[in-house]
Amino acid sequence: MKKRPGHRHHEALHDAYTGDWVLEVRDLKVYFPVLRGLLLRKVADIKAVDGVSLRVRRGEVLGLVGESGCGKTTVARSIIRVYRPTAGRVIFEGTDITDLPERKLKPVRRKMAYIFQDPYGSLDPRQSAASIIGEPLVAHKVFKSKQERRARVDELMGIVGLDPCMGGRFPHEFSGGQRQRIGIARALACNPSLIICDEPVSALDVSIQAQVINLLKALQKEFVDLSYVFIAHDLAVVKHVSDRIAVMYLGHVVETATPGELCDNPRHPYTKALLSAVPVPDPFVEETRERIVLTGEVPSPLNPPSGCTFHQRCPVAVPECSRVSPVLKEIDPNHQVACIMVERPDERST
Amino acid sequence: MAILLEVRNLRTQFLTDDGLIKAVDDVSYHIDEKEIIGVVGESGCGKSVTQLSVMRLITPPGKITSGQIIFEGDDLMKYEANGPEMRSIRGAKIAMIFQEPMTSLNPVLTIGRQLTETLELHLKMGKSAANRRAAELLDMVGIPCADTRLGDYPHQFSGGMRQRAMIAMALSCNPRLVIADEPTTALDVTTQAQLLELMKALVEEFHSALVIVTHNLGVVARYAQRIYIMYAGRIVESGTCKDIFRSPRHPYTMGLLNCVPRIDDREGRELEAIKGLPPNLGRLPGQCAFLPRCEHAVDRCRVEPWPELQAVADGHHTRCFVNPPGMTG
Repeated sequence: MKKRPGHRHHEALHDAYTGDWVLEVRDLKVYFPVLRGLLLRKVADIKAVDGVSLRVRRGEVLGLVGESGCGKTTVARSIIRVYRPTAGRVIFEGTDITDLPERKLKPVRRKMAYIFQDPYGSLDPRQSAASIIGEPLVAHKVFKSKQERRARVDELMGIVGLDPCMGGRFPHEFSGGQRQRIGIARALACNPSLIICDEPVSALDVSIQAQVINLLKALQKEFVDLSYVFIAHDLAVVKHVSDRIAVMYLGHVVETATPGELCDNPRHPYTKALLSAVPVPDPFVEETRERIVLTGEVPSPLNPPSGCTFHQRCPVAVPECSRVSPVLKEIDPNHQVACIMVERPDERST
Repeated sequence: MAILLEVRNLRTQFLTDDGLIKAVDDVSYHIDEKEIIGVVGESGCGKSVTQLSVMRLITPPGKITSGQIIFEGDDLMKYEANGPEMRSIRGAKIAMIFQEPMTSLNPVLTIGRQLTETLELHLKMGKSAANRRAAELLDMVGIPCADTRLGDYPHQFSGGMRQRAMIAMALSCNPRLVIADEPTTALDVTTQAQLLELMKALVEEFHSALVIVTHNLGVVARYAQRIYIMYAGRIVESGTCKDIFRSPRHPYTMGLLNCVPRIDDREGRELEAIKGLPPNLGRLPGQCAFLPRCEHAVDRCRVEPWPELQAVADGHHTRCFVNPPGMTG
């Protein structure tokens, strides 16, 4: 991981990209079998993720947004191979890791890290902060001597804004925001090229949320090659952090775009409803906003609707929507939508 | 409009091993009939304890040490917390919707039984009448096949449906005041939008007043007419929704507004985080509790005790010496 002063060049990200991809997920499917009866026969599949393709550029933040049960966390866990994909490929830094055996996976995992949602449950209460942060260094045998490791842990604590002299304290002595900083320091320990942030701020109070968001953004500016997959249900938070956003609904990506484009010009009816559901802390803006209130609830992934999985709740659905499964189509550079009602501009007239 | 509930100088304290926690310290507020107000603050600021105090649901080691809770002209403090008067008010005239619908519904009773219990107790309905009314209520909050779902247990409902059932239960006796304590925090945004729209429509239909307790500034901006901002057990700023959002005068309110990401932000806006941590309520200084985190503090803040709420405009109060001019636009 190189250090470079100054800011990253965001504009460069939106040109035709020639650099390398840190992560490519191709047509990922993760089904969980439902077993019943004495012989535990498989009776059905829960289609948690059903054909998701994503790509993350080096140094990019990909936001993954959607409601509970849409498959965001399943995608994340399949990337780090906690779950073995049912179908599809996961390619990390040019290596197909989908079927790698555990032994060969270990060096790959050194380059990936995970920040968890719950700053209480994700830290071992019996280990000191320094020991938690140093654990990846021990596991991957990064340093030979204890002194070197100790120095690295102190350095990491400084990077995330914790006083290194607090290293001997235990998780219960820290506040929620500080615990999340410990989690971030642990993720940074082995210089990963990809960090998966799974709802890193949703358990925190608003005033602390901003501190952690700013820290994650600052780290990403400091370490130019660091990429994030940033998962959250809060669209405003995702918009703030991401260079590109993918909106998920019931195991599918329904729309991807840059944050500005997604919020100013959402094209998928679900994205529109999701945006309109997020209240803006400004009563003057709220007075003028259109509110789309969806009916019903997210269907079960055990028995998803045919065709487009959103058609039962969609305000613009036509009968065809229950038959055709839409695929992601590029409607503008850097803007893809999976909806048969949204066609390319040149096809609209015909 | 007539005042429905007025809380005066309420103090609720918890005597714990760590000392005396002043969870609610000298809080005064009111709500008019048919009004929607928002009580905003972060965890531990005393917003929920204030509402539980109004319901007289504070149990030891907690204690309401002083104050008046005047509801429809009667001071609720003169009644026993578990006496017949309070029991006839709780659930009937003042109803509460809790944050976590899984833990606030009884898992071993059917949804129908939990609804009819209130109806039979407060409205003295017979079994079949109560059942019919319960089905109507479930139907009203948008639960399909209400008749058959009355026999379901809470675990058979989704999170959103459980909260709908809670709303049905809260409104079942046509209460004058509904207190919703973080009603949608555990839910997804589209479900949150559905439920808040539903609650707003129903309190209008039932002519009830509504207190929304939340940490989400967006929710109060959308629904509340007036807002109280709480910090460290006290109200630090109060005013109409538009005053507070357009010209906040307390540094904490300003900090909150500057640190939340907004969906309509221009690209590249930096979040201005409030530095430091919320204070420990057991060891509050005599001065302003926000002082260690405040960007606008002056010498006076460091020597004098926390000031009283003072008016900065008509109906707009703040607890600050400095009253830095609010943000514009």
